[in-house]
Amino acid sequence: MTDQTQTIERLEAGSRPHLLRGVKLKNDQVRKTWVLLAPERYLRLNAISVDILQRCDGIATLSAIVDDLAAKYSADRALIERDVRSLLDGLLEKRMLGL
Amino acid sequence: MTTNTNPLAPPSALLAELTYRCPLSCPYCSNPLQMGGRDTEMSTEEWKAIFDQAAALGVLHVHMSGGEPAARRDLLELVAHCAGLELYTNLITSGVGLTRASMAALAAAGLDHVQLSIQDSTAEGADWIGGYEGGFAKKLEVAGWVAEEGLPLTINAVIHRANVAHAADMVDFAVRLGARRIEIAHTQYYGWALHNRAHLMPTREQSEKAYAEVEERRARYRGQIVIDHVAPDYHAKYPKACMSGWGRLSMNVTPQGKILPCHAAETIPGLEFWNAREIPLADIWANSPGFNAYRGDDWMQEPCRSCERKTEDFGGCRCQAMALLGDASACDPICVKSPRHGLIAEIAARDSAEKVEGFTPRRIERIREKSDA
Repeated sequence: MTDQTQTIERLEAGSRPHLLRGVKLKNDQVRKTWVLLAPERYLRLNAISVDILQRCDGIATLSAIVDDLAAKYSADRALIERDVRSLLDGLLEKRMLGL
Repeated sequence: MTTNTNPLAPPSALLAELTYRCPLSCPYCSNPLQMGGRDTEMSTEEWKAIFDQAAALGVLHVHMSGGEPAARRDLLELVAHCAGLELYTNLITSGVGLTRASMAALAAAGLDHVQLSIQDSTAEGADWIGGYEGGFAKKLEVAGWVAEEGLPLTINAVIHRANVAHAADMVDFAVRLGARRIEIAHTQYYGWALHNRAHLMPTREQSEKAYAEVEERRARYRGQIVIDHVAPDYHAKYPKACMSGWGRLSMNVTPQGKILPCHAAETIPGLEFWNAREIPLADIWANSPGFNAYRGDDWMQEPCRSCERKTEDFGGCRCQAMALLGDASACDPICVKSPRHGLIAEIAARDSAEKVEGFTPRRIERIREKSDA
């Protein structure tokens, strides 16, 4: 039994996001797209989402993931961080991500 | 036969009804009234051949269901086979028939997720409705094993008159069990549930109160548990998008290998469904007359045909239109736009006035008795 009073996890610069057990990235050869498989649902992923989630290994911090992607895309760090947070916050709420 | 210009998308989900055998006898079961026993079931190799074809066809999720899938001795072998095909493997179970060792073995074989049914938030109510003494205690034990294995857990609760006052309690209960997800599904009246409708139907007030109480839990448990809420059909304004559209995303495989668009499809007379023991799955998905019967919108009548909601709810449920109006192509009468919508309120009011007791428990044997008579 878990503590019923636990609060929602917050994504912070030092968080180490990872996909929870039962949530999997799959390169779907039939649909020619990456998908995120989770209990009773799946999400089609665009290229940036795949890039983000492939870096969510429970070792890299949020801040390191953003740095890495900003370098890869030669893009504004704040812009990248907004994208990353938007994706990961959504997955946190759907109980697909751990920190 | 259809003017639908969209190419047929691959199916994303396959519901594998491994067996109709089940130790529980829930009166709201969606299985058909006529169920084949063990001697009619497909072999391990036949199931594996279906999973091989499903993976190639684009199926992403395999839901191992039944009946009680743990009643199959080859469950572990089938799960391992699906995991090897990189199919996302979900076990939909009552928990009865699983052991600590079998749960560990399933997890090790690559099982991705467990969906565990509960019949009520109290042992007394749950064991009575499921017709299985000690079932509730067993489920608590199984939920603990799922957690110990680190697997994600969904709790599934079907709501009807005998437990409608506890709908929100069941969400609290699922949170305490550590479930990531809960399905609170007001009874859909097909199969045994339709047969027992007069014993299961809550009043409108009961339904609406339960619905609101569960919705209130959404904000309270945000980020803690995901609530999937299936609204009470007979008290709704618009019909559900049944199966997200007939033959659009998923298929059901019966224990005997017949491929259906949904649980109840065979209740529609005159439809021809094919069997995967005889015909390749890809051919069935694309060409089975039963699948093509209600794809696209050529089959629709008014008010569906010109309705702006038709791409959203696909005219509701074909089996329900059949069961309630005797016409599978009609607008699902749950819809407020149906000329026969008034019938729903009549049925709901009449059926919710009956006693809860006296329902027919789901049984395979019942049919044998019947056919002998």
